[in-house]
Amino acid sequence: MTKAKVAFNWASSCGGCEIAILELGTKLLDLKEKIDIVYWPAALDYKYSDLEAMPDKNIDVTFFNGAIQNSENEHVAKLLRAKSKLLVAFGSCACGGGIPALANTKSRELIFKSSYKETPTTENPENTYPQSKFEAPEGTLTIPEFYNTVKTLEQTVDVDYFVPGCPPVGPQVGKVIETFVSGKLPPKGAILGASDKSLCHECKREKTDRKVAKLVRTYETIQDPKKCLLEQGIICMGPATRGGCEAVCLDANMPCRGCYGPLPNVLDQGAKMLSALSSVFDAETEEDIQKLVDGVVDPIGTFYRFGLAQSLMRRTKQ
Amino acid sequence: MELSTRFEPKIVGFLCKWCAYTGADLAGTSRIKYPPNINPIRVNCSGRVDPTLILKALASGADGVLIAGCHPGDCHYTNGNVKTMRRFKLLQKMLDQFGIEKDRVRLEWVSASEGERYARIVDSMTENIRTLGPLNWKSKIEVVAQ
Repeated sequence: MTKAKVAFNWASSCGGCEIAILELGTKLLDLKEKIDIVYWPAALDYKYSDLEAMPDKNIDVTFFNGAIQNSENEHVAKLLRAKSKLLVAFGSCACGGGIPALANTKSRELIFKSSYKETPTTENPENTYPQSKFEAPEGTLTIPEFYNTVKTLEQTVDVDYFVPGCPPVGPQVGKVIETFVSGKLPPKGAILGASDKSLCHECKREKTDRKVAKLVRTYETIQDPKKCLLEQGIICMGPATRGGCEAVCLDANMPCRGCYGPLPNVLDQGAKMLSALSSVFDAETEEDIQKLVDGVVDPIGTFYRFGLAQSLMRRTKQ
Repeated sequence: MELSTRFEPKIVGFLCKWCAYTGADLAGTSRIKYPPNINPIRVNCSGRVDPTLILKALASGADGVLIAGCHPGDCHYTNGNVKTMRRFKLLQKMLDQFGIEKDRVRLEWVSASEGERYARIVDSMTENIRTLGPLNWKSKIEVVAQ
């Protein structure tokens, strides 16, 4: 039996998705009997030239984590698309933009200014900013072009499957890889390693119809670990988020941040959460409603923490 | 005759069938003049207007969105319009963060007998958005995408 050729790639992301693969532990060694890892720059020594030298469609399945934030990410995404039979968007960044897509609330200029000029630990009297090209005496030096707007993998190349999660939880990663090894593949575009129901279905906390008169942040209250966080006034993205993670954050007394992305047939996760949240507001008058709304300090960062790039608006106007 | 080159805003109106849509009907049957810039969509209740619809309208080329329902206390479904109000205040805060001007998305109460009020709302909304200029969300995003 020929082994399936598998690749893992890391674009604009924190590297947590790579750790999610390592979370398989010794299972990874068993997998080694069934799969052949042909490209995995984070763990093994590979260069882009190795990838370029491969014939097209040489890789059976590529797990691509990370958003597309610069020209290098885009180049590798296109390269891997050409070299792979199946391309999987692995993790929240590849699926929805993830944390890097929160950069879409700022422009490239503002990000550069903040990073290379305004941070208290930076001294930059000559106003030096990264340039994609630099003429040195030895020749032209280049670095990747930083994009103004972060894109998802699907907005860049054709994607076959999606595995959401920041990162996808260990047991689900195992199942997803098993699916590919077994060869019994779902239809193209399917979301793997997640459930079709909202996170609330998996959450063990007790839910009633209680409404809230005040929103609080996690550090401002002592929560009841048995009761629904929304009913305690803590914003929890559970109602608008796909399940599959077994509510691990809730078990650790933290609210869901929405990393598993929108539910099936939902166009915009943030809009759905906005709706769900306002439905627990215990307020009838404009003033009372306003007080509750003031409790949502950063609506975009709350409702689109992991999915701004795939949302309807995609970015803020700058 | 010279063709007008002034900007004509495209406004999507979500009108509740019991009050606002009937009010808009009254504006029509009473032959009240108001700008043709609004594209009314009849919905059963203003509480049925999912924020997704508003964002989708804006992202797909609308320059503004009007949501109009029964006055508080008059809702055919008891409190659908109060639910809209809760949602709308939060949406307003988020739209502000996205950089969308307040005048572009409005929530108004129009009863079935307020044809005149409906016409004046469409009047002022059209003029305000005309001053703001086109939203052109998609093309603006694409221009700054790279």
